[in-house]
Amino acid sequence: MIATWMVLAFSATIFCIGLVGLLIRRNILILLMCIELMLNAVNLTFVTFSKELHHLGGQLSVLFIITVAAAESAVGLGLLIAMFRTLRSVDTDHIRLLRD
Amino acid sequence: MMDVSPTAFYFFAGMSIACALTVVLSKKPVTSAFSLVLTFFGFAGIYAALDAHLIAALQVLVYMGAIMVLFVFIIMLLNADSPMFDIKRNPPWIQGLLVAIAGLFLFLLIHAFQSHGERGAPALAGPHTAEVIQNAGGNTKAISALLFSDYLLPFELTSILMLVGIVGSVAIAMRKRSSE
Repeated sequence: MIATWMVLAFSATIFCIGLVGLLIRRNILILLMCIELMLNAVNLTFVTFSKELHHLGGQLSVLFIITVAAAESAVGLGLLIAMFRTLRSVDTDHIRLLRD
Repeated sequence: MMDVSPTAFYFFAGMSIACALTVVLSKKPVTSAFSLVLTFFGFAGIYAALDAHLIAALQVLVYMGAIMVLFVFIIMLLNADSPMFDIKRNPPWIQGLLVAIAGLFLFLLIHAFQSHGERGAPALAGPHTAEVIQNAGGNTKAISALLFSDYLLPFELTSILMLVGIVGSVAIAMRKRSSE
């Protein structure tokens, strides 16, 4: 038996790892991966509450979140390709077209 | 309390946390990508332990299959696997501050989760108990029946979202023709 709050604490841990990665990394690929990590943590929270509260709406929300995540990563990677074509780099420090 | 086997939960949770740290801290993007695959695998195991079988299968198919192939494909396409360790670019006190803020956030979240069962309002249990799902023919059948009845409008709107995503990513990533 596992207490509910332990599963929720695990998903909060993963969310915060993704948040730290989003704050301290500069590689856009890693940033997109960290966003996926955070979305997954939220999914796990939905599934946990869906099981605890005996309602399948949480799992259906996870279906929609997975769809949004797939669309988001497709558009994000398209943006990344466009950025790489212009700047020849995937580093966020090199996005300074408006500053120079 | 949830009837989840502690061995499975601690195994998958430990693996996911270790691999998530590797995603954030590794120098090479390919290492991050494959650690992310293992993280998603751990999540899929926990979904299966929580009786969300359809979600576990979708996690493996969509996240580990489609999205990660896209990531690895982009890394290979852009030849972007040069080791870069951009963490060292910030002064240590800024990083310490960021990690401390995230740690405070984590502490607050865990505290809220820990106390919501004790002091919060009593949870209203929904209609889908284990017996109801069993009688409806299992998790996947119950979710599918809901998806095509109560949640039909969001489901159809999802197709518009996918269409916008496809058109948008092609329009953004397509090379501009300069001669026309």
